[in-house]
Amino acid sequence: MIPTPYHVRSRRPDRADTVTLTLEPVEGACPSFLPGQFTMLYAPGVGEIPISISGRARSGGYVQTVRAVGAVSRALCRARRGDVVGVRGPFGTHWELAAAHGLDVVVAAGGLGLAPLRPVIRELAAHGARFGRISVIVGARTPSTLMYPRELARWGRDFDVQVTVDHPDRAWKGPTGLITKLVGRIVFEPARTYAFVCGPEVMMRATAGELVRRGVPAGRIALSLERNMKCGIGRCGHCQLGPLFTCLDGPVLTYDKVADLLEVKQL
Amino acid sequence: MEAAVLDTLDPLIGALRERGYAVVGPMVRDGVIRFAELDSAADLPVGRADEQAPGVYRLHERGELVFGFAASPDSVKRWTHPPRSTLFRMRDGVPEPAAVRAPKVALLGVRACDLAALAVQDRVFLGGRHPDEAYRERRAALFLIAVTCAVPGGTCFCASTGTGPRADSGFDLALTELTGPHRFLVEPGGERGAELLAALPSRPAGDADLETARGVGAAAEARMGRHLDLGGVRERLAEGRESPVWNEIASRCLTCANCTMVCPTCFCVTVEDGTSLDDGTAERTERWDSCFTLEFTELGGAPVRSSGAARYRQWLTHKFSTWFDQFGTCGCVGCGRCVTWCPAGIDIIEELERLR
Ligand SMILES: Cc1cc2nc3c(=O)[nH]c(=O)nc-3n(C[C@H](O)[C@H](O)[C@H](O)COP(=O)(O)OP(=O)(O)OC[C@H]3O[C@@H](n4cnc5c(N)ncnc54)[C@H](O)[C@@H]3O)c2cc1C
Ligand code: SF4
Ligand code: SF4
Repeated sequence: MIPTPYHVRSRRPDRADTVTLTLEPVEGACPSFLPGQFTMLYAPGVGEIPISISGRARSGGYVQTVRAVGAVSRALCRARRGDVVGVRGPFGTHWELAAAHGLDVVVAAGGLGLAPLRPVIRELAAHGARFGRISVIVGARTPSTLMYPRELARWGRDFDVQVTVDHPDRAWKGPTGLITKLVGRIVFEPARTYAFVCGPEVMMRATAGELVRRGVPAGRIALSLERNMKCGIGRCGHCQLGPLFTCLDGPVLTYDKVADLLEVKQL
Repeated sequence: MEAAVLDTLDPLIGALRERGYAVVGPMVRDGVIRFAELDSAADLPVGRADEQAPGVYRLHERGELVFGFAASPDSVKRWTHPPRSTLFRMRDGVPEPAAVRAPKVALLGVRACDLAALAVQDRVFLGGRHPDEAYRERRAALFLIAVTCAVPGGTCFCASTGTGPRADSGFDLALTELTGPHRFLVEPGGERGAELLAALPSRPAGDADLETARGVGAAAEARMGRHLDLGGVRERLAEGRESPVWNEIASRCLTCANCTMVCPTCFCVTVEDGTSLDDGTAERTERWDSCFTLEFTELGGAPVRSSGAARYRQWLTHKFSTWFDQFGTCGCVGCGRCVTWCPAGIDIIEELERLR
């Protein structure tokens, strides 16, 4: 339960309220992580929150993207280069990339959900030959809240990348509306497809539902669930979803394991 | 060392104190039997009996028994998993674990249901991938003296959950209070207990003592007025998530969290972070939390379980259904505390029946 001190090696504001930090242990090396895992990030004296690891920096540190929504996330977003924050983890289950070998791949991200999927997309870009057709669909509230726009443009050269926004601005020429509409605009063979889905829960349910309707097996649709977490190790009890501890059994779970649970309101 | 008979408990309390234990046992405090440090056997609630019913707790003068009452709102949880504990302090970017407070405590008068709750806690805190070392230390520092329940409480149902009224393991010493003449049968549950017992002025127990003692537990079981049929409860809850009964219960439940505080197996916690104004030291404290609070499931500005119905469903379903999925055992040991201390008098046995 004791955080390890990490230095903020770099700080890059992404959007008005979002900052990407690179964190390195004050002493020793960063423990290895698998895409989809998260750490508990501690702003000293303020509090600790779960944040996904969105990549490994060239220097070996963790890359983590934080949106300022409350006391702790705001304090983390304010951290400057050289500041010390606390890190516990990495914790939780990961995106099973190997399960998608030989299959078409659909990556669907809503809002900040692109952060935990970033290491998946980088892996797909690095080892494209191991997979079938690869499509990335992204939904954002507005064009200005779209995450990693430059990387998205770069990935667009390797595979089909499509973006939709809820509220377009004047310059926006792409599609608008729900991300589920994009499912109909990409090419995949449902019975031979693996999907990685991350975003707000309503978006994940709608996307998974649409994929199932088109014939993708529920066991090949991975979601990353979000719940209040105070410990990350199954002790605080906050993250329970029916029989599951989201921190230990998740956050990444296949849709067949959670579809029923997500159906129940306020579970 | 075999079973022995003691006439008074003072030599036992004295011997434990000599061995460095604080002896903690039942005492009357503000009209309630609580667990607190004892100086001598004179502090024990001799001749006091509790009346317990849904939403009701009263003490009366009755008889001459030292242990003539049932469960106290305090359980072993208070010592193994304290209501508050400091986890670490961080100064100048260097975190230091706080020393674990694991005082040597002898708990006198622990009931069978509480020992069963301790076995449940062992699974929760030590059985998983991230064992809680502070719990391990605090638990190892306890000396447990069980007592057979002679008078069942008005809300308990340990005979249904198979967790009492007589403890058969998990203690250092077990007492059974016998009358005519008044005396205690003492049985050791392991080497530590046997060693202590050997040092006490006692006489060997005779067959009659042993037989009378068996009768005490059996009589309590026979008089236990409440019964819960556990058959199918786990499945009933897993399938009853959309039952209208939850809304009806919620119309009575005050979401006060009393039930989770007194429950000997409830383990949920939250953390509080702060910074000392004196020297800028950051500190984290862990404290008991409850699934009945709105903040418990706060997510992106709103709680997941915003309704009282959802929160009550979580509590009851966790105890009797998902606890099995998570820890391979029932989360309830039949102590009845949550029924007694519910200000609305909500009775989990009745509610489980209604969910049928
Ligand atoms: C597995 C996982 C991965 C996450 N990854 C990221 C990420 O990469 N980037 C990012 O910006 N955010 C991520 N989040 C969400 C992030 O944890 C919350 O935004 C954060 O907890 C808000 O805390 P706060 O104190 O700033 O806000 P407040 O609103 O003040 O928080 C109040 C309370 O609610 C809890 N809380 C509020 N919102 C959330 C939430 N969405 N999820 C969990 N707990 C919440 C807080 O822990 C705290 O207990 C992730 C959440 C989980 C569970
Ligand atoms: S649920 Fe109620 S009866 Fe069961 S162990 Fe907890 S407090 Fe006791
Ligand atoms: S069931 Fe009773 S004790 Fe528990 S929260 Fe509701 S009113 Fe309080």
